[in-house]
Amino acid sequence: MVEWTDFERATIADIFSKIQYEVVGPAALARCLVVYPWTQRYFGNFGNLYNAAAISGNPMVAKHGTTILHGLDRAVKNMDDIKATYAELSVLHSEKLHVDPDNFKLLSDCLTIVVAAQLGKAFSGEVQAAFQKFLAVVVSALGRQYH
Amino acid sequence: MTTLTAKDKDAVRTFWAKVSGKEEDIGTDAVARMLAVYPQTKTYFSHWKDLSPSSPSARKHGITVMKGVADAVSKIDDLKGGLLTLSELHAFTLRVDPANFKILSHCLLVVLSIKFPNDFTPEAHVALDKFLAAVALALAEKYR
Repeated sequence: MVEWTDFERATIADIFSKIQYEVVGPAALARCLVVYPWTQRYFGNFGNLYNAAAISGNPMVAKHGTTILHGLDRAVKNMDDIKATYAELSVLHSEKLHVDPDNFKLLSDCLTIVVAAQLGKAFSGEVQAAFQKFLAVVVSALGRQYH
Repeated sequence: MTTLTAKDKDAVRTFWAKVSGKEEDIGTDAVARMLAVYPQTKTYFSHWKDLSPSSPSARKHGITVMKGVADAVSKIDDLKGGLLTLSELHAFTLRVDPANFKILSHCLLVVLSIKFPNDFTPEAHVALDKFLAAVALALAEKYR
């Protein structure tokens, strides 16, 4: 069971209340596809991903980015049992989507960088630590059902 | 793993021109973050009196590290040769596990993202990520 301090709970709730899912999600996914181009292997049917501009302007990327953020929201609302919350999604990513779990960390890093830009100075070292701990728990839960 | 293209090097140099003057702030913030977010990195600094992210030792170290990164930018055409002495230092004296280079690189990118939200575009990000990976490789060159 993951132990969360009061500071961590408050910080996660605060971050997710401040960010716009339809801005941060698309930006994070687009950044991931640009910075780690091998992640594009999972999005063969997304159309034009030929360069950074195309990726950033791609509506399917935007839609999926938003979907991902809403998926994260489920963990925000169930911080005491993220493992169970993501059991189904873990099976989906493993059995159907065949996503290498190492990719979750890559997206996670991009999310951190995008949220940092959004929150500016408010994204202190302590806030970053809480956010990255949260994402690490999410990533672990998503990789749980792989075999 | 990484060969920096001409485009990468240009992107790094262009971005670094914007960093000019802010190196100290960036370096100290990056090291402070590293100590706060990845407490295991504190094991390398057990000789410091004060291990808190805002301590004078941490600040001083941030400045030192950043000077090294800035130096690497100027030697971007030959990182292996240019960083030879630093590599020997890290290999034989400091013996920092190379996994930590990735950690510090990530913290540096987070700071750049905060300080330059509009300039740190995905294109700048990938070039800098590649550059920092190349620096890490050059620093680990003499390890074994």
